[in-house]
Amino acid sequence: MAKIAYRDAVRDAMSEEMTRDSRVFLIGEEVAQYNGAYKCSKGLLDKFGPDRIIDSPISESGFAGLCIGAAMYGLRPIAEFMTFSFSFVAFDQIVNNAAQIRYMSGGQLKVPLVFRGNSGGGHQIGATHSHAPENIYATFPGLKVVVPAFAADAKGLLKSAIRDDNPILVIENEALYGRESEVPDGEYLTPIGKANILQEGTDLTIVTHGRSCWTVLEANQELHKMGIHAEIIDLRSIKPLDWPTVFASVRKTHRLVCVDETKPFCGVSSQVAAEVSRACFDHLDAPVLRVTSVEAPMPFSSALEDECIPNVARIIEAVKEVVA
Amino acid sequence: MKKKPLPTGAGVLASTQPLPEYGTVPDLSRDQRLEWYRMMYLTRKFEERSYQSYQTGLIGGFCHLYNGQEAVAAGTFAAITDADPVITAYRDHAHGLMRGIRPGPAFAELYGRATGIVKGKGGSMHYFNVEKQMYGGHGIVGGQTALGLGLAFATKYLGEKKVCFCYMGDGAVNQGTFHESLNLAQLMKIPVIYVIENNMYSMGTSVDRHSAPVELYKRALGYDMLGVRAEGMDFDHVRQVSWTLAERARSENLPAILELMTYRYRGHSMSDPQYYRSKEEVEEYRKHDPVEILRSRILSEATVNEKDLEALEEKVRKEVQEAHDWALASPFPAQSEIYTDIYA
Ligand SMILES: Cc1ncc(C[n+]2csc(CCOP(=O)(O)OP(=O)(O)O)c2C)c(N)n1
Ligand SMILES: [Mg+2]
Repeated sequence: MAKIAYRDAVRDAMSEEMTRDSRVFLIGEEVAQYNGAYKCSKGLLDKFGPDRIIDSPISESGFAGLCIGAAMYGLRPIAEFMTFSFSFVAFDQIVNNAAQIRYMSGGQLKVPLVFRGNSGGGHQIGATHSHAPENIYATFPGLKVVVPAFAADAKGLLKSAIRDDNPILVIENEALYGRESEVPDGEYLTPIGKANILQEGTDLTIVTHGRSCWTVLEANQELHKMGIHAEIIDLRSIKPLDWPTVFASVRKTHRLVCVDETKPFCGVSSQVAAEVSRACFDHLDAPVLRVTSVEAPMPFSSALEDECIPNVARIIEAVKEVVA
Repeated sequence: MKKKPLPTGAGVLASTQPLPEYGTVPDLSRDQRLEWYRMMYLTRKFEERSYQSYQTGLIGGFCHLYNGQEAVAAGTFAAITDADPVITAYRDHAHGLMRGIRPGPAFAELYGRATGIVKGKGGSMHYFNVEKQMYGGHGIVGGQTALGLGLAFATKYLGEKKVCFCYMGDGAVNQGTFHESLNLAQLMKIPVIYVIENNMYSMGTSVDRHSAPVELYKRALGYDMLGVRAEGMDFDHVRQVSWTLAERARSENLPAILELMTYRYRGHSMSDPQYYRSKEEVEEYRKHDPVEILRSRILSEATVNEKDLEALEEKVRKEVQEAHDWALASPFPAQSEIYTDIYA
């Protein structure tokens, strides 16, 4: 087990899968000669050559559609969005084509394809560059959505996604690319649709995913000092979502705080709260609380931005209210 | 009378670069030619029957008929093989029928039946027949232009020496995705031919009201691409120019725009009072009917006589009627089908 950076785990996943399967290729803006805007494809051009590591012009709709067409023909493309905020330029291709073609063709076609790239706020790049869109894409039947928080899953989920026969969005996070964490040696796959219990606990359940996992773990140190033992669940996969793990935990702890970086209205936490209130109604001892991004576009000033995504103070406040 | 070979430029009206010289498209045998005529005639009869079925309430939603445009699908398809992928927009009945969808499953799809070619999940706008490399049937105007690019990319990636024909309406030239695709195709040398079926209208908006340059093949100019405008009512002319562009794509991985001048006789979809054009205009175009043009050419070649053709046509009409009856007798899909084919 070695500690490696999240971005290197992403690269290793692509490199291993491209070595294993010649149908896999990578296309995106700056992925080849520049090594990726976030250096996730460092060295891959040298290793696989320009036919398989392809620099695209700034044409998100065009190269997303190209990948869907290529997947319909049997290739297994990886499309990198420089950030998922730019994926909205390709929204039609993703939701009207990638998600629907298997259904509309009555099962004649499958679309084995990965859209991956950076997402999230916290870097002072303003409202157009800071979206966390996993809840949006997760509403479309036909798509799968995974959000790795740690290097092991950055590798394991991406490898599983490349091997999956469906269109999958692997939503990474700029704040995490440089963070190191342990990755098992050798072949490593994280199953899609399986949550990970980061810490077992008895007092409440915290359901989170993506970058917020790190914030929750940070808050957890404070909670520990306060004598609160939280069970912390990293969803990893938003669609499909591992309901049995979530429900079992809430039935054990009787309290739930949801923490994630999507917006509060129709966000991932809204969905978790709704499902838990139905499935665990008799087990709940307190209302479910949510800590999410706020109902505003992302401001530029760091003084404001830090308040707009889930932070330690807001998490502790919510936990205190739920266990009170 | 024996058929004379066509000159390479037959039917070509204009182009952005000189047309490459690949010579004359190889002759079709008598039977192949008859088969293409049969396909065009079948498409016409299929659409007429669909029109009636729509009027009597058997078809819901949209239904875009191909009457008048038959030489485009037939002439282009006859220039390539069934191994070359094709993809089109929602006016897709011809492309489906000519790529192996039997009239029965084709009607059944219109009627929303379980026996439809895509199990009643796609309808008129979403015919697929992947077995014969027909990749849909797409409802978002221009959305398929990037998919055609990807299909062609994949054939090149796999070293197959194929070409993808990607069909679109004149109105679709105004979509951004199309322009992204043109640039990518020329830049990356992808063997895709964009066939613009210029039937002069985007719903009720005539070309001069929707496109700054009314000569749509000139959209290729911005991408250093070959753009060709050709006459689209004559099967043989369409076939010749399509073959030239296909050969060029196969041997040099070069894309092109092929704008084919055609006309649709019916309304845009079914509920279209057609205030935007006159009855006289439609009558004028009907005089250059693509089905009739091929029919009289075949007769003039004296490889088949009037009586034989009539017998063939009678057979087709019967086939269409039987297919319609079969489709109508088919069951609707089970409710459980709602939840199948979502994930692979
Ligand atoms: C993105 C999008 N915008 C609008 C429509 C509605 N619409 C369907 S067909 C059509 C006209 C397209 O005309 P054209 O491309 O010339 O094709 P034709 O119908 O003549 O075959 C419009 C506006 C649509 N389906 N998709
Ligand atoms: Mg049109």
